[in-house]
Amino acid sequence: MAKLRQCAIYGKGGIGKSTTTQNLVSALAEAGHKVMIVGCDPKADSTRLILHSKAQTTVMHLAAEAGSVEDLELEDVMSIGYGGVKCVESGGPEPGVGCAGRGVITAINFLEEEGAYDEELDFVFYDVLGDVVCGGFAMPIRENKAQEIYIVCSGEMMAMYAANNIAKGIVKYANSGSVRLAGLICNSRNTDREDELIMALASQLGTQMIHFVPRHNVVQHAEIRRMTVVEYDPTHKQADEYRSLAKKIVDNKMFVIPTPIEMEALEELLMEFGIMEAEDETIVGKTAAELAADAAAVAAAA
Amino acid sequence: MAALTREETQALIEEVLEVYPEKAKKDRAKHMMVNDKALESSKKCITSNRKSLPGVMTMRGCAYAGSKGVVWGPIKDMISISHGPIGCGQYARGGRRNYYVGTTGVDTFCEINFTSDFQEKDIVFGGDKKLTKLMEEIEVLFPLNKGISVQSECPIGLIGDDIEAVSKKMAAQINKPVVPVRCEGFRGVSQSLGHHIANDSVRDWILSNRDGQAFEKTPYDVAILGDYNIGGDAWASRILLEEMGLRVVAQWSGDGTLAEMENTPNVKLNLLHCYRSMNYISRHMEEKYGIPWLEYNFFGPTKIAESLRAIASHFDDRIKEGAERVIEKYTPAMNAVIAKFKPRLQGKKVMLYVGGLRPRHVVGAYEDLGMEVVGTGYEFAHNDDYDRTMKDMGDATLIYDDVTGHELDEFVKAMKPDLIGSGIKEKYVFHKMGVPFRQLHSWDYSGPYHGYDGFAIFAKDMDLTLNNPVWKMLKAPWLKDEATAEKKAA
Repeated sequence: MAKLRQCAIYGKGGIGKSTTTQNLVSALAEAGHKVMIVGCDPKADSTRLILHSKAQTTVMHLAAEAGSVEDLELEDVMSIGYGGVKCVESGGPEPGVGCAGRGVITAINFLEEEGAYDEELDFVFYDVLGDVVCGGFAMPIRENKAQEIYIVCSGEMMAMYAANNIAKGIVKYANSGSVRLAGLICNSRNTDREDELIMALASQLGTQMIHFVPRHNVVQHAEIRRMTVVEYDPTHKQADEYRSLAKKIVDNKMFVIPTPIEMEALEELLMEFGIMEAEDETIVGKTAAELAADAAAVAAAA
Repeated sequence: MAALTREETQALIEEVLEVYPEKAKKDRAKHMMVNDKALESSKKCITSNRKSLPGVMTMRGCAYAGSKGVVWGPIKDMISISHGPIGCGQYARGGRRNYYVGTTGVDTFCEINFTSDFQEKDIVFGGDKKLTKLMEEIEVLFPLNKGISVQSECPIGLIGDDIEAVSKKMAAQINKPVVPVRCEGFRGVSQSLGHHIANDSVRDWILSNRDGQAFEKTPYDVAILGDYNIGGDAWASRILLEEMGLRVVAQWSGDGTLAEMENTPNVKLNLLHCYRSMNYISRHMEEKYGIPWLEYNFFGPTKIAESLRAIASHFDDRIKEGAERVIEKYTPAMNAVIAKFKPRLQGKKVMLYVGGLRPRHVVGAYEDLGMEVVGTGYEFAHNDDYDRTMKDMGDATLIYDDVTGHELDEFVKAMKPDLIGSGIKEKYVFHKMGVPFRQLHSWDYSGPYHGYDGFAIFAKDMDLTLNNPVWKMLKAPWLKDEATAEKKAA
């Protein structure tokens, strides 16, 4: 049996990490791989398409009810969904209270201690909340956890900023451990020359665009039914996209320590692709009235 | 042997710092000085209230220790909740010997550890609901409590719990003051910031509670600030003030109550013993209520007499006469104490390392016994403390700030004091070195040391320690034989 591969999916909030992860995982399961998903987001929406449920009962929620995490057994927190995919949600507090990061740390430690990562598994996917805001959300990429990071992004400016920032976070842990950037997954938003742009960004980061996932309404149709496309409409061409992504990940050999780029370089790239206007330093900090006065002066001189 | 000369002391500092790496040496050098009484300001001579260097074994505590342990903890009819995991409250419980009168668990609560006992789930989901529940339980189980304070441990600040909102809600519900205190241990460089935070929370949530309410004043009303009644210190002080004709309205905070604190804005004069931990609230009352404050020192008859006269100078002749009467009454007893113990202690050298007040305040008591303080230093003083220290110490005295384990060891080896006065963390190190040692935080389970009554105990304790025959028995019998044999052979 091949060695267990642990992968973490990062990316800007709302980019489609959970949807992409679950579709990808169901394609892997369909191909016969044994997979587990660990949701690392207090919203606990990383497994709903696999389980056809609203939100899975989380490790932290169960721990709070039982008293502490030591009172739980693995089968209490793990559910089996489509294609035998094992599902766990770390869980955490309501927005605005407590410490969600600590919840992720506690849950992942629990899974390790309880032997959740057993011999049978081929893949573990960590689906992590938007940004690496604190140590807790970096937990999946620390020593002996995920070795492969996939960043979901699109051709939008903020998604690319976020991807670059996440690459910076990976560098920090890559230098002291075995975590590597394994590729960008472009989840298309139908912006102009999106594939070329993400390929350009990937090459600057020293990595690859592993797959370009086109946008299609069937993803939403499946989501409404709390299903992945692979399960909802296996014959759909969108399902083949996820199968193709899954195959590329299975065959992936390109694991790098990323080379995050400076803000200027990123902005240049965005300008090159027309996402951002060239900055005019002369107008910085000027009010509308001042600009009007400047324009009048220029007109008068002419 | 007299104390070292200026040059010798300076050379000693340099020698002791020699082992450090360059950067650490440069930093630590700023925390040492050779006293010069002529100077007005300590600013150019010593740096204080800075972050300790990692790895040097500082003796300092944290902001929680300053707030819960020092300022809030001794208020006997309020309940101080150690909000967070169990250790902070449990391991600091009962450690400071703040004596109080009352029935513990009924109308007074200092000895009990009240804590929210944070678990993992409280960190992840937040502890506000638990805090609410805890306060409701307190109200049912201990209905005679007069109020509650929430002493934040580190995680509270990290996870951003809204203890202010809980406190406001519960204060309305139980109709008693509920005080949120943001004294998370990671704030500041030592317990000193905890004192300040605690003072500010008293100012914001307690001090003006009775403004505008009727209070039967007398012209002789005073409050004792910064006396934590360790071993009964505040009691031994209070009787002297009362004997001279003053009325002590409040004790902050040893054996103190909420009502006393709330009534303090009515006094004529605030008497401040521990300047470091309560100068903030004294200054605030001066600014807001126009109450002057006076630092005093009740260690040893010389300083007590000076202080009684200084206090009396703020009042009329009745009080001035009262002060003289008190001094006269106790002088024979004090002379007897000195006559008994001075011959046994005369000329002995003392080194001190204490918190924020005693490194200068106890000097007079030692001098009354004919002893000399040759080195002194503070854990968490600021430069205004060192300004005051320079006046109280002899010239060329060694002064060290936030001294490290290595430095204090080496200073003691070089200066060979006859007695060291410091804390529990230092005690057994010096016992093993065979140097007589007294704890000057807890009075080594003795006390009081304040006031005339306290001085008698202080003198006896110093004699018991210093002249204890045990110090002559430290050498193992077989080693002693060898030494004698060698001598004989020679």
